[in-house]
Amino acid sequence: MSGPSTYEPQTGIERWLDSRLPIARLMWDSFVDFPTPRNLNYWWTFGGILAIFLMIQIITGVVLAMHYTADVNMAFDSVQRIRRDVPFGWLIQSMHANGASFFFLAVYIHIFRGMYYGSYKAPREVLWILGVVIYLLMMATGFLGYVLPWGQMSYWGAMVITNLFGALPVVGEGIREWLWGGFSVGNATLTRFYALHFLLPFVIAGVVILHIWALHVPGNNNPTGLTVKTKKDTLPFHPYYTVKDGFAIVVFLMIYAAFVFYMPDALGHADNYIEANPLVTPSHIVPEWYYLPFYAILRAITFDIGPISAQLGGVLAMFGAIAILFVLPWLDTSPVRSMRYRPVARWFFLIFMIVCLCLGWCGANNPDDHVLGTPLKFVNFAQILTLYYFAYFLVILPVLGFTERPKERPASIEAAVLGNKPATAQPAE
Amino acid sequence: MKTLIRNLAILAGTVIGAAFLTAAPAAAAEGEAHEPENHAWTFEGPFGTFERTQLQRGFQVFQEVCASCHALEHITFRNLGEGTGPFTCFPDPNASHEDDGHHAEPLCYDNPNDNPVILQIASAYMIEDGPDDAGDMFERAGTPADNWPSPFANEQQARASNGGAYPPDLSLIVKARAGGADYVRSLLLGYHEAPEGMTVRPGLHYNEYFPGGQIAMAPPLSDGIVTYADDTEATTEQMAEDVVTFLAWASDPHLVERNRTGLMVLIYLFVFAVLLWFAYKQVWSRVEH
Repeated sequence: MSGPSTYEPQTGIERWLDSRLPIARLMWDSFVDFPTPRNLNYWWTFGGILAIFLMIQIITGVVLAMHYTADVNMAFDSVQRIRRDVPFGWLIQSMHANGASFFFLAVYIHIFRGMYYGSYKAPREVLWILGVVIYLLMMATGFLGYVLPWGQMSYWGAMVITNLFGALPVVGEGIREWLWGGFSVGNATLTRFYALHFLLPFVIAGVVILHIWALHVPGNNNPTGLTVKTKKDTLPFHPYYTVKDGFAIVVFLMIYAAFVFYMPDALGHADNYIEANPLVTPSHIVPEWYYLPFYAILRAITFDIGPISAQLGGVLAMFGAIAILFVLPWLDTSPVRSMRYRPVARWFFLIFMIVCLCLGWCGANNPDDHVLGTPLKFVNFAQILTLYYFAYFLVILPVLGFTERPKERPASIEAAVLGNKPATAQPAE
Repeated sequence: MKTLIRNLAILAGTVIGAAFLTAAPAAAAEGEAHEPENHAWTFEGPFGTFERTQLQRGFQVFQEVCASCHALEHITFRNLGEGTGPFTCFPDPNASHEDDGHHAEPLCYDNPNDNPVILQIASAYMIEDGPDDAGDMFERAGTPADNWPSPFANEQQARASNGGAYPPDLSLIVKARAGGADYVRSLLLGYHEAPEGMTVRPGLHYNEYFPGGQIAMAPPLSDGIVTYADDTEATTEQMAEDVVTFLAWASDPHLVERNRTGLMVLIYLFVFAVLLWFAYKQVWSRVEH
């Protein structure tokens, strides 16, 4: 879809460089002239927002790394020193901690958008899989980073998550000790988590480049899910989408700034302002909000399944909930990409989104508490939700492809945009 | 198959609907602490700020009451004279007290190392330093760069002096407790007679806001326990509000700077967003969409 390059070097220096390293041509073809469907809505601006947040996290993170000390006796104090004494440390630290939350908020919207408009379907399977890889790397990076301030939740969160690996049969114990670098979460754990937390964002940046590459081969999907057929279906990326993405990025940054400056601790947990203490367990260990749905799935498996213990079952269900995303392109059997034209699937998708939110709600609550005073316990609620989560991928999407009758789709993107307007109304481009 | 799916949908819908529509509030579990009382603070909200005289009173309460058991390890003496800290500015002690209708200008110091109040507070404490050239540790008067000295040498000593309980460090207490400043103030004022049927263990005190209801800290405040320099009446309520304000500053000394910067950033982003919106409208007016 990228088509032949339209880049024309204007100056001698550009011609000289173009015949040696055509990087200006690559940029021009990828981010200026790149043909983009003319009907993208605001849900498509989150790719650009995510790119900005990856940069914010890397830049603030590198500055924090200059002041942070990865040592169990000094880590907590060094974060306090950053917030109190380092010039603008309070700002950099708040941007980084809240940036993680907004990075995840944006990635969840981005993923749900891809699921609704069928952006994972052929020919974009590799693009989707690379996206899931990025998401997995983000989760690992976020977890490793949350351990570094060495507060109570850092320590006990690390304890809970590393213990998950201990549930694996035969190799579990060994893997856990290997992760810890000892026989418990300790200094060796903190230093290796720091090293990996520094490394992984650059791995993410690398996979993001592959993700954009894989995007630019088939081109963007669009709200109709229709394939681009003619040049009239598209607009050049610049200025049409640079300006639209730019506007969305700034609006999103305003919400982010409101948290950074006015509610810097709203998304965190008070216990993480208490230095890690291996002898005192917090009354409720909860992960950061962006892991809560998976935490709920982990705790929903309270029963043994044949030879699989409840604990191992929970771990498998939790990792399975992410792993299933890798095969989504082959689970959805419908040839129609956009759920705009799938009258039944869109309702199941809506329920799926609500289920994910409710799973997060379950993850934040004590499993034995009752849901809003009803006889239903959070753990049972989470079990029902987990069932739907997996049924959506394993039953609903595969079956719907055969049983659902899609609505009639427009002939082309151009027709969808212009609707029933007479052809004469279209100005010359 | 379709009926199955429809049934599934109805089931899921019912469960979720039931969860959302049931309006019954969660009943508070037995023995759980009371929700902290909501209090109006000067430092709340996007325009929140610290009142310097209140920070000075709060510091006085901390120094004369809390500091005998609690540490403030993340605060240095100089911090007290930096930015919005309590002693960056203070009333001129040499100003005439004639009642001529307007207040004397306070003295302000940009550099806490020159600030006589900071120097005076710091030098009143003896700090262990060393080793000197002979290899011996020695004691010297505190300087603005020194950390607030802890009342106990270590946790064991603190526990031994406090009936086994460990008085927590207070430099982050407002951030380290759910409920923040409201919780700490409620706790300071939450000492009452234990409800009937509850036996308070020896050495503990009933406090309705403390998880479990029994706290080792004796009621720290009582009317008139300090004498304020600015003639404010030292009621228990007043002291609790003042000291919590000081502790809120101690846990977040850049709060005012953060609020002010945030306003500038949001105005900048808003103007930028408006400009981009018009640019977007203008660019897209060229094409049908």
